[in-house]
Amino acid sequence: METLEPILAAHPFLQGLDPRHLQSIGECATKVTFEAGRLLFRGQDEATHFYLINQGQVALEIFTARRGPIMIQSLSDGDAAGWLWFPTPYHWHYDARAIFLTRALALNVKELMQRCEQDPLLGYELMKRYAHLLAVQFRVTILQLVDMYGA
Amino acid sequence: MPDSLAEPMLPVPYRVLKVGRETADTFTLALAAAAGDQGFSFAPGQFNMLYVFGVGEVPISISGDPDRPETLVHTVRAVGAVSRAICGLQKGDTLGVRGPYGVPWPVEAAPGYDVLVIAGGLGLAPLRPAVYHLLARRPQYGNLELIYGARTPEDMVYRQELERWRGRFDFRVHVTVDSARGDWRGNVGVVPNFIARARFDPEQTMVLICGPGVMMRFTVQELLHRGLKRENIYLSMERNMKCGLGLCGHCQLGPFFVCKDGPVFRYDLLQDWFLAREV
Amino acid sequence: MSPGSADIGEEVVLEPQGLQQLLEILQRQGYQLVGPTLRQGSLVYGPLSAATDLPRGWGDAQEAGAFRLRKLREPMFFGYGVGQQSWKQFLYPHRRRLWQARLEGNDFQVLPPDADPVKFAFIGVHACDLEAILVQDKVFLEGPFIDPHYRARREQAFILAVNCGHPCHTGFCASMGSGPRATRGFDLVLTEILQGPRHYLLAAPGTERGRQLIHQVPHQKAQPGEREAADQLLDQTTRQLGRSLDTRDLKALLYRNYENPGWDQVAARCLSCGNCTLVCPTCFCHTIEDTTDLTGTQAERWRRWDVCYTVDFSYLHGGSIRATPRSRYRQWLTHKLATWIDQFGVLGCVGCGRCITWCPVAIDITAEVRALRESELTAAAAAKE
Repeated sequence: METLEPILAAHPFLQGLDPRHLQSIGECATKVTFEAGRLLFRGQDEATHFYLINQGQVALEIFTARRGPIMIQSLSDGDAAGWLWFPTPYHWHYDARAIFLTRALALNVKELMQRCEQDPLLGYELMKRYAHLLAVQFRVTILQLVDMYGA
Repeated sequence: MPDSLAEPMLPVPYRVLKVGRETADTFTLALAAAAGDQGFSFAPGQFNMLYVFGVGEVPISISGDPDRPETLVHTVRAVGAVSRAICGLQKGDTLGVRGPYGVPWPVEAAPGYDVLVIAGGLGLAPLRPAVYHLLARRPQYGNLELIYGARTPEDMVYRQELERWRGRFDFRVHVTVDSARGDWRGNVGVVPNFIARARFDPEQTMVLICGPGVMMRFTVQELLHRGLKRENIYLSMERNMKCGLGLCGHCQLGPFFVCKDGPVFRYDLLQDWFLAREV
Repeated sequence: MSPGSADIGEEVVLEPQGLQQLLEILQRQGYQLVGPTLRQGSLVYGPLSAATDLPRGWGDAQEAGAFRLRKLREPMFFGYGVGQQSWKQFLYPHRRRLWQARLEGNDFQVLPPDADPVKFAFIGVHACDLEAILVQDKVFLEGPFIDPHYRARREQAFILAVNCGHPCHTGFCASMGSGPRATRGFDLVLTEILQGPRHYLLAAPGTERGRQLIHQVPHQKAQPGEREAADQLLDQTTRQLGRSLDTRDLKALLYRNYENPGWDQVAARCLSCGNCTLVCPTCFCHTIEDTTDLTGTQAERWRRWDVCYTVDFSYLHGGSIRATPRSRYRQWLTHKLATWIDQFGVLGCVGCGRCITWCPVAIDITAEVRALRESELTAAAAAKE
C-alpha cells in the first residue's frame, strides 16, 4: 500500500511534524481529486473532513438567493480547509468548489480527533497549527469587513 | 519678473487625446501638451495637479510610461467635484496641468534587487510607471513580482494590461479580490495573504506599496514577518493637497509635507507617523 | 551733528521729532508706511501718513483671552506690545488672486497675475515679529518652490524695528530667544527711552539702507550712559515678561507625548475656532480657491489663509484625517513647537503671545507645554513608587 506520509510531510500545515505523528495522521488520510467545477463539500453538510490542498484552486462560496454563489476566499497549493472539532460535529457553513483540477488529502476529522485525545502531544501540535490558521483567517475576515478599498 | 520660479501656480493647458473607462467610476485619460509644447519628463511615482476650468484642481498620480513622456496618462476616480469633472471630459477638451511633483519610487536604486510591487485598488495607478520602468530594464533585476488586490473583479483597473503581464515568463503577477461572483476564476483573498507566496530574498528585495492605509499596514506587518528590511520598504501616501509646492500646509504628515517630502516614503523613516492616528 | 557718522551697528541718538523726519524720508523714497495705529478703539496695523498716526501715549493690557488699550501718562510712541494683527498680512495677504483665465471655445488661456509693486516700510516692528518674518522667509523663500508674491514684497520692504521697552503679559519672547531686543533682520532699530523729562530714540542701523536713512536726519553719537539706559530698559522688560516657555528638549518632548491623555483636556476647552492661527505671525497654511463667473467663461484662482482647526483642512475623499478637536489642537501645537523644526530648522513660535491673548477660552500654549512636562514627571514619580 502506498504511504501518504511524504505527501503529508510536504504540506505546509504539517511541516516539521514528528514522523510518529505523521504516521498517525496518515492513517486518517485519503487522497482525493476534484475536477474543475466539482464541489468538495456543501454548506449544510456535516464537516467530516479536513482538506490539505496539494495542487489546484478551490473557491469558498456562500450561496445567495439572488446573486448566486459569492466567492469569499480562494485556496490553492499548500492551503488547508475545514474544521477540527471537539466533540460535537460541525457543519461546513459554506461551499467549496474546485476552480481547476484539484488534488488534496482528506483527513477524517472524527478519527483524527480521537487520535488527538489519545495522544495529547499530537493533539497539541495540531491545535497549535490550527489556531494559527484560524488567527490568519480571522485577520483576513477583519480586512474584508472594513472594506478597505472604500465604497 | 517672469522667471521659472515666478509662477509655480500657473497651469499649462493640455489636450485630452483619449478617455478610457477602467471601472464604473474610474477613467484613464491620455493628454498631450496643447500649444505644440514638448511636455515634460517625469519619474515613476510623481504626480501632477490637474485643473478643470472653473471647477478646481486635484493632485493625481501620473500612471503612464516614463520612457514615453510625450503622452501624459492619468487614471482618475470620480469621488469629488473636480475628479468627477475630469472623468466627464471628452476627447479634444482641455485641462490644466502643473507638475510633475513629489519624490518618486526608488527604481533607480533597484538594479540588483528582487522587486515586489504591491498595489491595492487605484494604488496601482502610481505604481504602473514603476512597472513600466522595471519591465523595460528587466535584466537588471532579480525576481519581479506584482501583487494586486481590488474589492471585486469589476473594481480592477488596467485589466488587459494585468493579463498581458501575467502572460510574461519574467514577471510573476498575483491578482486577488476581496469577493467575487461565482464566475470569477481568479484568487479571492486579501493582499497581505499573498506575501507568503511571493518569492524573494529578504536581504536583497525592494518593496513598493500603494493602497488603502489598512492594506498597507497589514502588508508591512507581513513583510517584516518575512524578514524584509524596513529601509527597503517604500510606501506612497495620500493627503489633502492644495498647492503641491510644500507651501499650503494641507498635506502635512507629522514633519513631512507629502507633496514634496513624499508621496513616496521609506518605511523606516515614516513608520512612527504612519502608525500613529489622526496625524 | 556730523552727517555720515553712523556705521552699520553703530548707535546714534535722535530727538523725538526725528521719527517724523525718518518717516517723511521713507515716504519720499516711495515707501508705503504701515504700522500700529488706533482704529475704532483697537490697535491695528495699517497705513500711516505721519508719526502722529502712531498710538502715541497708548499702551495695552493683555491677559489670556483679553486685550485692553490703556492710556499712558507718558507720551511714548511705542508704549504697547503686539496687536491682534501682525505684519504677515502685508507680506502674505490673507486673500490674493493668483491668476485669471478665459475660456475660448474648447481652450482656455491663463492670464499672468497682477503686478504687485507695493513697497512697504514697516514702522515699529517688535523683535518677536521680526523673528516671525524670518521664520516665514524660510517657509516662502527657502523651499524647493518659492512664493513669488511674498518675495516681491519681502525684498522691497524696509523694516524699522523697535526694541521692546514694554513687558507683555502674554509674551514669552525671551525664552524663545526672539526678544525683547531686535538683533537681526532690520534696516533700522529704535529704542525709545523716557527718563524724567528726557525723551529720545536710540537708533542703530542694521543695513546700508538704514544707515543712509539715519544719515539724513539730525542725530548725535550715542553716549555710554544712553546706551546703558537702553540696556537697563531691555533687561527690565525681560524680567517683567509675563510668561516663559521651557524650550529644552522641546521637539523630543512633543514627539514623546503624541498620545498623552492631556490632549483630551485641552481639546475639551478648545473651540476649534482657529483664532490662534489667524493671529499667529508664523502660521502660513492657506487654501486655493478656483472660481468662475456666472457665464462660466472667466475663471480665477485665489489663495486664502486657511485654518488647520477645521475638519475640512485634512479632508480626503471619504472623510477627514484629523476628525477630532484633540487631533487638530495637537497638530497645531506640535507643528509650532516640534515638526516645524524638522521642516524648517527653526521653531514655529516666537513667543509673541497673540495666541494666548486672542484665544476666546484663554488656552495658553506655555501652560500646555508645562502640563506635558508635569505629566511626565508625575508618571516618572508614580513609576518609582
